[in-house]
Amino acid sequence: MSRAETVEQAPDVRAPRPLWTLGLLRNELGMTFRRRRTLVLLAVLALVPVLVGIAVRVQTGDGGDRGGPAFISLVTNNGLFLVFTSLAATLPVFLPMALGVVAGDAIAGEAGAGTLRYLLVAPAGRTRLLLVKYTGTLVFCLVATLVVAASALVVGALLFGLGEVTLLSGTTVPLAEGLLRALAVAGVVALSLIGVAALGLFVSTLTGSGIAAMAMTVGVVITFQILNTLPQLHAVQPYLFPHYWLSFADLLRDPVYWDDIRRNLGLQAVYALVFGTAAWARFTTRDITA
Amino acid sequence: MAPPSSDGEDGARPGAPVIETHGLTKAYGSGPPAVDGLDLSVPPGSIFGFLGPNGSGKTTTIRMLMGLIEPTAGGARLLGEPMPGAARRVLPRVGALIEGPALYGFLTGRANLLRYDAADPTADPRTRAARVTAALDRVGLAAAAGKKARAYSLGMKQRLGLAAALLRPRELLVLDEPTNGLDPQGMREIRGLVRELAADGTTVFLSSHLLDEIEQVCTHAAVMSRGRLIAQGTVAELAAGARGRLAVTTPDTADAARVLKEHGLTDLVVGEERVTGELPGPGAGVPAVVGGGLDPADLNAALVAAGVRVRAFGTERASLEDVFVALTGEGFDVAG
Repeated sequence: MSRAETVEQAPDVRAPRPLWTLGLLRNELGMTFRRRRTLVLLAVLALVPVLVGIAVRVQTGDGGDRGGPAFISLVTNNGLFLVFTSLAATLPVFLPMALGVVAGDAIAGEAGAGTLRYLLVAPAGRTRLLLVKYTGTLVFCLVATLVVAASALVVGALLFGLGEVTLLSGTTVPLAEGLLRALAVAGVVALSLIGVAALGLFVSTLTGSGIAAMAMTVGVVITFQILNTLPQLHAVQPYLFPHYWLSFADLLRDPVYWDDIRRNLGLQAVYALVFGTAAWARFTTRDITA
Repeated sequence: MAPPSSDGEDGARPGAPVIETHGLTKAYGSGPPAVDGLDLSVPPGSIFGFLGPNGSGKTTTIRMLMGLIEPTAGGARLLGEPMPGAARRVLPRVGALIEGPALYGFLTGRANLLRYDAADPTADPRTRAARVTAALDRVGLAAAAGKKARAYSLGMKQRLGLAAALLRPRELLVLDEPTNGLDPQGMREIRGLVRELAADGTTVFLSSHLLDEIEQVCTHAAVMSRGRLIAQGTVAELAAGARGRLAVTTPDTADAARVLKEHGLTDLVVGEERVTGELPGPGAGVPAVVGGGLDPADLNAALVAAGVRVRAFGTERASLEDVFVALTGEGFDVAG
């Protein structure tokens, strides 16, 4: 900065700090997680393990074993399995729906409220704002997954107790390792959502209505889920983002079976890259008229 | 991304226009352009009124100046630097209120300002709280700072929007219809604030569809109509372009009109107990009050001599409304 300009400019005008994005990110996270809507979404997610736990308890109280997913029969032996059951129950619908609300609203909500133009003339910078929004959405994925896992762990411990964990492959490991594996599962579940998060963000850059973007994102998620179950579409199913979602169960084998987990994460990375780039291309060139 | 360079010849030269556009154009679809070949030049230190009816392209122009929308043709420079290319360097020095305030209803007024300040890459987080408090004080919102913004009245929202523009000392303030939704007292306060800021050396670019507002606060003005700039200059210059009118208040309107006509006045309008007419002038651009050699005092004497009872007699200064009507040949209505 030249001396002449230092004199001219106000004392608090400084060159942009390289880490200033963090200030905006902190503000974004604070805003997201103080918002009542976010808290309601998280509360609903926390309720799912409670319902699943009570259902399993009541069902086994009847003495009937009606099969069900692999984990459910294991829940009664060890409350820790409620974590896996709950994540398996929320990953196909509840988690992506909650995420669709947050990601879909990210840009479209700001555009609809008109606050987008003030952020941009602040100037937040379009690329940086998009990165902040995407990071905020990813943090929500992680928090939402952890909320489900934590709620399930508490409910499971209360209803069924915790103990040594018998893995799906039959090996028995101590509870501490079981908890570590549960944490790893939660991590993989959160990472399974980064494709949907990017998709939601892209949809969010297309419209000026938060509600429309949320509905469209959730609609796309449900459509993909349906397509993933149609046998006629067998050929394209490996390219649908939900296809390998339940592969997180492979973390509960000894040794861990990595192939599908790797395919899942690779697929999510491709979705994140494609829709992230599309969102960037759209948002950095778009006229902000709202 | 290139590091911000604050040296070099790109910086504003003293006296260079604060806002400068060349052939700035924005067209949507195949219809007539919303903004058509705008050549705007806003001198530093001025309070620049940007005048035009609703729908004449003012807000579209402001959005292009602020880098929110891409011009179809032409370009704009803000503080000497090209927009939107230099947005990151220029916009921290510019405060803006664009098409009304926009707030997060679920945040308090104070939290709204904290967020907008956090979005500014050059704003110092250590002084953030103090600057937000000062901005709230300045617009008279200190007492309501802890209330959720959705509970604010339109006037309070407008003030909060202004506070966001005043979070830091700015070199340029772009205010789009800043008195919209305010009561007369609030309007006076905002005008006072604008004058105060301009006295500190801030250039103020003020758009409005209210002619008297521009006339009251602005030193310079530009007039838009249907996407085109039809005049710009100092307010005095613009007003001088339109002739003044002579107004006579009298119960004898018919006689008065006859006498005035005999003395060469044109465009006579006879109202209830009132006659106005245009003084003859040798040509446009001559200050109307002089009346091209016809002394209003003689006219008054002639009226009295003809037995017209004169209650009041005087020339009315041309207003910007007269200018606008003279320039566009139409009323000041929403462009269709």
